[in-house]
Amino acid sequence: MKRDNLIRMANGIGAFFEAMPDRQQAVADVAAHLRRTWEPRMRVEILKSLGTVEEAQLKPVVRDALLALARSDA
Amino acid sequence: MNAPQTIDFGTPRVGAGDTVRLEIDGIAVDVAAGTSLLRAAAEAGVMIPKLCATDFVKPFGSCRLCLVEIEGRKGYPSSCTTPAEAGMKVRTQSPQLAKLRRNVMELYISDHPLDCLTCSANGNCELQTMAGVVGLREVRYGKGDPTPGENHYVDAVKDESNPYFSYDPGKCIVCNLCVRACEEQQGTFALTIAGRGFGSRVTAGQGESFLESDCVSCGACVQVCPTATLMEKTVIAKGQAERSVTTTCAYCGVGCGLRAEMKGSEVVRMLPWKDGRANEGHACVKGRFAWGYATHPDRITKPMIRTKISDPWREVSWDEALAYAAAEFRRIQAKHGRNAIGAIVSSRCTNEEDYLVQKLVRTAFGNNNVDTCARVCHSPTGYGLKQTLGESAGTQTFKSVEQADVIVVLGANPSDAHPVFASRLKRRVREGARLIVIDPREIDLVSSPHIWAEHHLKLRPGTNVAVLSAMAHVIVSEGLVDEAFVAERCEAKAFADWREFVLRPANSPEALEAASGVPAAAVRAAARLYATADNAAIYYGLGVTEHSQGSTAVIAIANLAMATGNLGREGVGVNPLRGQNNVQGSCDMGSFPHELPGYRHVSDTVTRAMFERDWGVEIQSEPGLRIPNMFEAALDGSFLGLYCQGEDPAQSDPNTQHVTAALAAMECVVVQDLFLNETAKYAHVFLPGASFLEKDGSFTNAERRISRVRRVMPPLAGMADWEVTLALSKALGYEMHYGHPAEIMDEIARLTPTFAGVSYAKLEREGSLQWPCNDDAPGGTPTMHVDEFAGLRGGKGRFLITQYVPTDEKITRRFPLLLTTGRVLSQYNVGAQTRRTANTNFYAADLLEIHPHDAEERGIREGDRVGVESRAGKTVLPATLTERVQPGVVYTTFHFPESGANVVTTDNSDWATNCPEYKVTAVQVSRQSGA
Repeated sequence: MKRDNLIRMANGIGAFFEAMPDRQQAVADVAAHLRRTWEPRMRVEILKSLGTVEEAQLKPVVRDALLALARSDA
Repeated sequence: MNAPQTIDFGTPRVGAGDTVRLEIDGIAVDVAAGTSLLRAAAEAGVMIPKLCATDFVKPFGSCRLCLVEIEGRKGYPSSCTTPAEAGMKVRTQSPQLAKLRRNVMELYISDHPLDCLTCSANGNCELQTMAGVVGLREVRYGKGDPTPGENHYVDAVKDESNPYFSYDPGKCIVCNLCVRACEEQQGTFALTIAGRGFGSRVTAGQGESFLESDCVSCGACVQVCPTATLMEKTVIAKGQAERSVTTTCAYCGVGCGLRAEMKGSEVVRMLPWKDGRANEGHACVKGRFAWGYATHPDRITKPMIRTKISDPWREVSWDEALAYAAAEFRRIQAKHGRNAIGAIVSSRCTNEEDYLVQKLVRTAFGNNNVDTCARVCHSPTGYGLKQTLGESAGTQTFKSVEQADVIVVLGANPSDAHPVFASRLKRRVREGARLIVIDPREIDLVSSPHIWAEHHLKLRPGTNVAVLSAMAHVIVSEGLVDEAFVAERCEAKAFADWREFVLRPANSPEALEAASGVPAAAVRAAARLYATADNAAIYYGLGVTEHSQGSTAVIAIANLAMATGNLGREGVGVNPLRGQNNVQGSCDMGSFPHELPGYRHVSDTVTRAMFERDWGVEIQSEPGLRIPNMFEAALDGSFLGLYCQGEDPAQSDPNTQHVTAALAAMECVVVQDLFLNETAKYAHVFLPGASFLEKDGSFTNAERRISRVRRVMPPLAGMADWEVTLALSKALGYEMHYGHPAEIMDEIARLTPTFAGVSYAKLEREGSLQWPCNDDAPGGTPTMHVDEFAGLRGGKGRFLITQYVPTDEKITRRFPLLLTTGRVLSQYNVGAQTRRTANTNFYAADLLEIHPHDAEERGIREGDRVGVESRAGKTVLPATLTERVQPGVVYTTFHFPESGANVVTTDNSDWATNCPEYKVTAVQVSRQSGA
């Protein structure tokens, strides 16, 4: 799984949900979408971007969703 | 040639209304007001002689055979053109009527060849039958001619240009049935009667051959011809059929009911099934004629294996092939984990086959790595409609279009891709419905005989969401929202948020004009027309879904329908035109990696527990890999085994180099197909597939209609596809026990609430059923969301904000043109079937459509071979210059593997579903040296 590709895909999801008026809900929706449709190894791989230079490539709504995912998976 | 064994009522059924009682030959008959006397008699079992009438087209009254007597009235009116009235007393037989009919027949026969014994229509000729019915015993006219009965067109040359039927003008009785069928049923207007008197004859176009004319080879003319004038070449070669079997077409998502006319186990011809509700007796060039692939010499009928893809194939027994595949899958799982293998199912396979493969994956494989080729076409429909309307399916019947006042066709080309539905749509437009086309290209519907789009929004590829948001802006800002519908049927807060969003100046047609290329005034006019119609319906296709914002566009369509109250009744709705015959069914059957049958998420513990109890295994609660994810995982070494049933991703999926590299990286690829397709080049095991003629099952079409597929001939390889999956599962150690696909459907019904009322017995009785079909709707559900949006919280429709996000695929100086893709009428998807039929006479190679201005800039002339290069790859295609495409846009089809259309398409995909963005690829086009 190429992480840069996963980041691009996740940012696409973020681009849809970041237009929602309730940002907290948007973050939750991004996280839910990733959890419900991404196979675990994809989620594991993109979570590796947190805390690295790749994190800057993430849309803020996606980064926050990944942080939420990381917390719930922990 | 008219179909045997079916009752032809002579004129079309009249819609339900007041009933009138009359008397025909002393029999009291009750019929709907407006019904012809000919039909009223037929419904009462009284068959009045006729030659120019059929229940497919309006009455014409020319043959003068269906004359009757009406008490109290003078003369002998033709019963086909005389409406039944209350109290009428009609006689269909009398000495005077008999004399008149004999005289009429005598005139017909005097001008007709008398070669009945050797005529291809012998045994099924209406002219011959009518001669017998009226008791014709003598022909007095034409005796002065050298050969009585051949006094005109004696030297007529047959037109054999069409690969599927011949035209013999010498046998034409000028009944006009073919002309009327072409006009009324098909809507092509390719035929006419040329000449006068004895010189009159049917002619295609302006006297061209059928092949050169505008004829689209739908075959409606052949079907209604009462003589051998227009005759299927298969009937000429093989003679009349002995029996027929009703089944369902295996091509597009219309899912036409067909009657396979058989001689032993050989198909003689295919006729559309008159009682098939999807098609009501009509078919297209693919369904009616292009079935010869089933017995094509290229069919592989022996299982084969090889250790490496560079090795030659070795024919083996079924047992050896299945044992090898199972051993390889188990070896891979032992080494790399149970998630290292998976399966792809096809929307061309039956519901039962799709159900079995996902069951095999979830039981024998022990994971959720199953996906369907719907991934690469309509997965955004499933997502978008589920989010907004609560169910992953279209809302209407095809027949519903007959009630539509305004029809929006968005990103679809029905005349080519869904031709039988297109005929219905065009008929409605000819009746006065107004048409809006939203498409980058000038599809046939924009302007064709007696049809024109009132608005053609010729948008740039990739800007559907911009145009839909702009339309929403107009509807809200101009007060065109159906406030009562929204208040009663939709979530209030979601609507308020959406209203605020679409009202932003950034979403106005003027603001989005630069992005979409569509003049703001045109968007405003189209939005007003859609919103103010009594009934407005949206039909959309892959031009909506196959984008990086495919799901957003589907949501935007649903938003428009809710905002204008165009849901929950006939004539309206959101109608996805599914690309393949069983796209809807394969999705319904749990073929997605995150959903069990009935669109229930694998994390749903209650649903999972139900399946676990039934199947006796534990099911994973995490989603599996989608098709593109499988390929990614193959390249990183974590996905190494694939069971691919009826699908050819090496040709059909985008970025061919990426796909083939992934396939080549796998250790065991099992392909189950009719032919050695492109994917089979990377396979280690080949399992012969069975065509739709060789198996039992069911397909579910775009209107959620479940129809039976019936076996008409034995499987050439000895096993139907569902039997192969059972055998593979057994080889893997998980036995499934079904004696017939009916038992598989019983299990589907037992475990899937929306299918709870479906069974083969019921399908036999009803002909077809539209899901949901259960205790709440025992007869099925023709129209969805009548009272509520059942799948959503509180039953309320859910507006969602649809921000336009431009695709990452940008034009640059290096890649200045946008390539978009589509289909032609005569070919189907990757062409595996249609390329192996005479349909190649109509379209033998993929072409690149380019605007003359773009061509001139590049020195490209008609027919030149041109290089098409994108960021993903390069291919070469012959160019054709046309103004159907706008400057800056080029277009091609993907029916032929050698053209490599998907060599240039990219990895971009829909944000929600990973459906590839086939419709937008930045390319450069250049003339090849020596072209």
